[in-house]
Amino acid sequence: MSAGESTYVPKSGFARWMDSRLPIMRFAHDTMLTYPTPKNLNIWYTFGGILAIMLVFQILTGIVLAMHYVANDKMAFDSVENIMRDVNYGWLLRYAHANGASMFFLAVYVHIFRGLYYGSYKAPREVLWILGVIIYVLMIATAFLGYVLPWGQMSFWAATVITNLFSSIDQIIPHLGTAISTWLWGGFAVGDPTLNRFFSLHYLLPFVIFAVVGLHIWALHVPGNNNPLGIDVKGPQDTVPFHPYYTVKDGFYLVLFFIVFAGLVFYAPNFVGDVENYQPANPLVTPPEIVPEWYLLPFYAMLRSIPQKLVGVIVLFGALAVLAFAPWLDTSKVRSMRFRPMMKPFFWILVLDCILLGYLGANRPDATWNLGGIEISLVWPARLGTAYYYAYFLLLMPLIGLLETPKPLPDSIAKPVLAAAE
Amino acid sequence: MASATSDGTTRRDFLYIASGAMGAVGVGLAAWPFIDQMNPSAAVLAMSSTEVDLTPVQEGQQITIMWRSKPVFVRKRTKKEIEEAKAVNVADLPDGVARNANLPDSAPATDANRVIKPDWLVLIGICTHLGCIPLFNQGEFGGYLCPCHGSQYDTAGRIRKGPAPENLFIPPYNFMNDTRIKIG
Amino acid sequence: MRISLPLGLALAATLATGALAAEAGLGHALPPKDVSFSFEGPFGTYDRGALQRGFQVYKEVCSACHSLNRVAFHALADEGGPGFTEAQAKAIAAGYKVPAGPNDKGETTDANGTPLTRPGILADHFPAPFPNDEAARTANNGALPPDLSIIEKARNGGAHYVYSILTGFGEKPPAGFKVIDGKYYNPYFEGWNISMPPPLNANSVTYSDGTKATVEQEAHDVVTFLAWAGEPKMEERKRMGFGVMLFLIAFAGVLFLSYRKLWADQH
Repeated sequence: MSAGESTYVPKSGFARWMDSRLPIMRFAHDTMLTYPTPKNLNIWYTFGGILAIMLVFQILTGIVLAMHYVANDKMAFDSVENIMRDVNYGWLLRYAHANGASMFFLAVYVHIFRGLYYGSYKAPREVLWILGVIIYVLMIATAFLGYVLPWGQMSFWAATVITNLFSSIDQIIPHLGTAISTWLWGGFAVGDPTLNRFFSLHYLLPFVIFAVVGLHIWALHVPGNNNPLGIDVKGPQDTVPFHPYYTVKDGFYLVLFFIVFAGLVFYAPNFVGDVENYQPANPLVTPPEIVPEWYLLPFYAMLRSIPQKLVGVIVLFGALAVLAFAPWLDTSKVRSMRFRPMMKPFFWILVLDCILLGYLGANRPDATWNLGGIEISLVWPARLGTAYYYAYFLLLMPLIGLLETPKPLPDSIAKPVLAAAE
Repeated sequence: MASATSDGTTRRDFLYIASGAMGAVGVGLAAWPFIDQMNPSAAVLAMSSTEVDLTPVQEGQQITIMWRSKPVFVRKRTKKEIEEAKAVNVADLPDGVARNANLPDSAPATDANRVIKPDWLVLIGICTHLGCIPLFNQGEFGGYLCPCHGSQYDTAGRIRKGPAPENLFIPPYNFMNDTRIKIG
Repeated sequence: MRISLPLGLALAATLATGALAAEAGLGHALPPKDVSFSFEGPFGTYDRGALQRGFQVYKEVCSACHSLNRVAFHALADEGGPGFTEAQAKAIAAGYKVPAGPNDKGETTDANGTPLTRPGILADHFPAPFPNDEAARTANNGALPPDLSIIEKARNGGAHYVYSILTGFGEKPPAGFKVIDGKYYNPYFEGWNISMPPPLNANSVTYSDGTKATVEQEAHDVVTFLAWAGEPKMEERKRMGFGVMLFLIAFAGVLFLSYRKLWADQH
């Protein structure tokens, strides 16, 4: 249920003057203070707010790091070491920014799976969902660009592997793929021109994300929030004002999130990173294992499970694209998995599948499992995992919605809350 | 339900105030690293003092040392230059203050207050008008002339004529021994 | 860490079916030795004595081949480090010859062609033993001794790995394993053929504080020093972390109580 008439009343002369010229106080009041929010939102709904804070945090730490970082292939690695050793609190800002990226992705994965579980992508929130997919793709691009900047071994070689993917387009249109790779590199291989433009783009994209997040929140406020029951808000009895109920609740979970974040930054700052990236980039020496950061491992597993380069690339980008079609692929009349007994187990298998794909992405391409004496290449579980991922969206979402009998939905949000209290 | 204390505030309000206060304190503490990172880094501070070996500098010669990104003139004055500087009446000077970082702000601009040892003149070679670098042994006063707008300084680096408002600044320095000074 | 967990699981799976990991191939590096260091754990600190002794080991043994490019002399006097005074650090710096810029005539070498040098100052970094990688390789049979400034952050196993390498020499290779000519057997190094000759012997250095200079002691001390070289801010980081965690936990507590009080009328 979107906000009705604004109830903002300017309290001072200045406030009245401002309100008739640029009503930002009214806007803040309506969207963040009185905004009616379903009263039954649970912990999984706190991650949107957490993401907004993390975006601002990454931008702030990024801007101050950029005051000391030098985007030149001969100086980048040293400039990061200068930050770590000589810049006041440089070590803290660098570790916060690097681990902040991991926390950002952790939060976005919880946020996406929450959306899938509660049917938040379904009508009338399709555009909200698609904007979310766009934000996710921009985040992946930003993280990839950012990882190249320290110019360590993994920075250089991850850039080489990923930009080389574009050459697979040669199979569709001869010479086009190579032209694109050369254009991206600014040369014949990843080098100084590549680093410089990656820095420029890494600085730019977070602000693009910020703008799309603005649209995302706008698109949310029009229909209003979904909720764990997946049923529409019927009236004010189903909602509470965002402030103070959700500012305080979100604030609490934000602090818990920051406890985990601080644990990483202060006590295990290199835990999620790769030791290879503490070696300066060497174009003549390929590291024994080239792997992206953990949050990209599932896609890496999908990519490597297909021997044919072009098909692998299509499968990789297709996995992102298929997300965007979820609102139309899902035929269920019911939003929340709480009331979808047939689909719910498949959802949890999807979660496990993504974790499995992540594990597989971390392993060497020639790794095997020994099952009862038979050596099975890990490529097979990766293919199975990729197939299930696609099947969830392309087969299960359309079919199960038609086959299952959903559990009866409650009449309203307020009633189950009152019923529980009796 | 919230309980009321005698002055009308509830326990609930105290919690909220405590939450808000802790949040503000947290943000304030977190803000400090973002501000302090702009202060000079340890690498920059390590360059904040420079030692200079005086033995290669002959009488009448001057060398230029970079100190904190500024040019510092280290000059071995001739007897004539010292006498001329001492002979000047401080009351006649456009700027009567010594501008010497090693002395209090109010010290008058006598020649003795412009040096530590009379034969060594150490000053920051930046014209106090608009920042150009003055040239030696030019101008009417036997000292420095700034080519940009014509300010003229004497053999103790004091402004005598021209638009510059103040004497050339003397940086903090000391003699480590007879042949070595440490600037900064 | 990210690699060792999945590999560990894969190894466990292999073990479960009876195939022994050690026989899975000659040349697979042994897991690093299980030793403890004072700087490990959330409350770990650098042992000052170990840092100073380790610096002595680096200076007298390792610096012949290995540079320490990223460490500046002034860092020796920093808090959380070996604890030299500024005057001592200055004296250490002055004892080194660092490359000097061109002289007044514009020359960069002296009459014999030797590059000009000057005594180090606090702002300088430790000078490298070789002017460039090619010279380093020529002096070391084609192998490039890596810079040690962040060596423990650049290797899986970190301090444990470096300690194991330094103390892993001297054993006889197993039957059937051929040591390549010009290389040395070290089972903690992947492939078991390491280009570095055993660097440490008993009493390679004479400690000024009288500590007995066994190979294990020297290794322990230089590993501690190199840990500091790679993470000079570690003590400050853990100290700050403690304060931050306390604050966040207290803040979470206050917010939780606010949340419960606020929502009490909704339940």
